[in-house]
Amino acid sequence: MRQTDLAIIGAGPAGLAAALEAATAGAKVILLERDEWLGGQLVKQTHQFFGSKKEFAGMRGIDIATHFSEQIEKNKDIEVFTGATALGYYEDGVLTAAYSGRMLKIKPKTMLVASGAMEKMIPFNNNDLPGVYGAGAVQTLMNVYGVAPGKRVLMVGAGNIGLIVSYQLMQAGIEVEAIIEGSSQVGGYWVHASKIRRMGVPILTNHTILKAIGEEKVEGALITEIDENWKPLEGTEREVSVDNICLAVGLSPLAELLWQAGCQMEFSPQLGGYVPVRDEDLETSQEGIYIAGDVAGIEEATSAILEGQLAGISAARKMGFAVEDKKIEQIKENLKSLRAGPVGEHIRQGLAQVER
Amino acid sequence: MLKKDGVPSPEELEGVKPSQERLEEGPVVIVECMQEIPCDPCYYACPKEAFRPFGDINEKPEIDYEKCNGCSICIANCPGLAIFVLDYNYSEKEGLLKIPYELKPLPEKEEKVIVLNRAGEEIGKGRVVQVLNTKKQDRTAIISIAVPKEILMDARHIRLIRGSTDEG
Ligand SMILES: Cc1cc2nc3c(=O)[nH]c(=O)nc-3n(C[C@H](O)[C@H](O)[C@H](O)COP(=O)(O)OP(=O)(O)OC[C@H]3O[C@@H](n4cnc5c(N)ncnc54)[C@H](O)[C@@H]3O)c2cc1C
Ligand code: SF4
Ligand code: SF4
Repeated sequence: MRQTDLAIIGAGPAGLAAALEAATAGAKVILLERDEWLGGQLVKQTHQFFGSKKEFAGMRGIDIATHFSEQIEKNKDIEVFTGATALGYYEDGVLTAAYSGRMLKIKPKTMLVASGAMEKMIPFNNNDLPGVYGAGAVQTLMNVYGVAPGKRVLMVGAGNIGLIVSYQLMQAGIEVEAIIEGSSQVGGYWVHASKIRRMGVPILTNHTILKAIGEEKVEGALITEIDENWKPLEGTEREVSVDNICLAVGLSPLAELLWQAGCQMEFSPQLGGYVPVRDEDLETSQEGIYIAGDVAGIEEATSAILEGQLAGISAARKMGFAVEDKKIEQIKENLKSLRAGPVGEHIRQGLAQVER
Repeated sequence: MLKKDGVPSPEELEGVKPSQERLEEGPVVIVECMQEIPCDPCYYACPKEAFRPFGDINEKPEIDYEKCNGCSICIANCPGLAIFVLDYNYSEKEGLLKIPYELKPLPEKEEKVIVLNRAGEEIGKGRVVQVLNTKKQDRTAIISIAVPKEILMDARHIRLIRGSTDEG
């Protein structure tokens, strides 16, 4: 059994930022990541990030990941396990993880769950046909393994992920037939929509997919226009010829460990699904268990980094390490101003519901 | 309309255009960022302080066109690829358009290219005058294209005639 001050599950931007802050305050940290690399979603992001210049905006996701990883590797107080999947958290405060064929057992004084999110699916005919992918899988193929996921893609979903992945596909020389979106508005940032649009990719709002066409693999898709109640408009059905249907229809928090640990959970559509109730320092209803990043509510990398810092410092303070109150206030202030605008409105609403 | 299909309407554009007077005075920036989003690198990029300080990071950028000299540094610093520079008086018949460009292969100097508008439609031909791709730009190249004056305000992207992105 290993002892440590803080065990962190997930090495995305939230987990990485938390590890650095907690170690800086003097805590010993164990960082578990199920992938073989550090960085989480950042590793797949070859585009420049939005957000606050102070939190790396303008840098590419992949470079932010490298920046963090280098600092983590240099830090002697952080022990990193890659290829380590956290499996369970038990009443006696023991965390287990599968790591190169054996079971790691860790007894941490505090724990931070920063496991991120998983992709949602939507129902349509034949959606199990090879060639129907989640946007995350398409990005992994392209940007991590350098494999083209097809020649011509139909993108489903005009949120930021759908728009960004479409752009990355175009950069890789793969054609995007169209981006279809069920609601009447582009959900992602308009600047992203404009940059795809001027490359000639149509963005079709009020459209959905009815079925994937093909016997053994995707050869096309049947799409249709819909009304505000998502009812297909007769006579608007048409077939498009594509070999990849890419779904970017949303993410939901990956919160299994938190359920297991008995954290109080609440359903928040604005935050992407079931998320833990937390206080303003990101501690859940279970004492000593913290959350940060997408698992606490689907948002973006800048907020994941800030939340990670906040949770890391708060956990350190809880264990009695000296931390500057000013620093905590500053992080909270930055988070608040990030969420202050109209695109942060749903986050503010969601948080109002789950913050105690 | 932007929120409907990603193409700004004439009314939406009106709000971000420098005046015709200012255009005729010399190179100037146009920042086509029309939604309140939490983003601010443009402000930090400009050496002339032409972007007004953001009171809150969600505010839309506001530009003091008198301070802008069209240096183009901000173009590659905008993650939204929403910043362009226009030089209306480049020559008697042509204006100069500077765009951010992240596709491969890059065009070459003097190359003829197809000019596209904000909806990705062909609106004419242009001639590449300069390709800037320094380390500092971090993989966002800045392409300067001479285009007929009449289409300067509509031209926002290019397509290579020698075949698009499949070599990259
Ligand atoms: C296509 C796309 C584009 C994006 N573009 C932007 C952008 O431009 N700007 C921006 O700010 N944000 C962007 N984001 C969002 C941003 O990437 C995420 O909000 C951010 O990565 C969330 O950070 P995180 O640390 O919470 O989770 P993640 O980055 O998802 O990291 C979670 C990590 O936990 C690991 N993990 C999960 N379960 C376990 C377990 N049981 N044991 C061990 N490890 C586990 C996962 O393998 C993963 O590495 C984008 C996201 C996507 C998908
Ligand atoms: S073109 Fe130069 S001077 Fe004008 S806003 Fe951009 S960086 Fe500032
Ligand atoms: S950097 Fe670009 S996208 Fe961000 S606020 Fe400035 S103009 Fe808008």
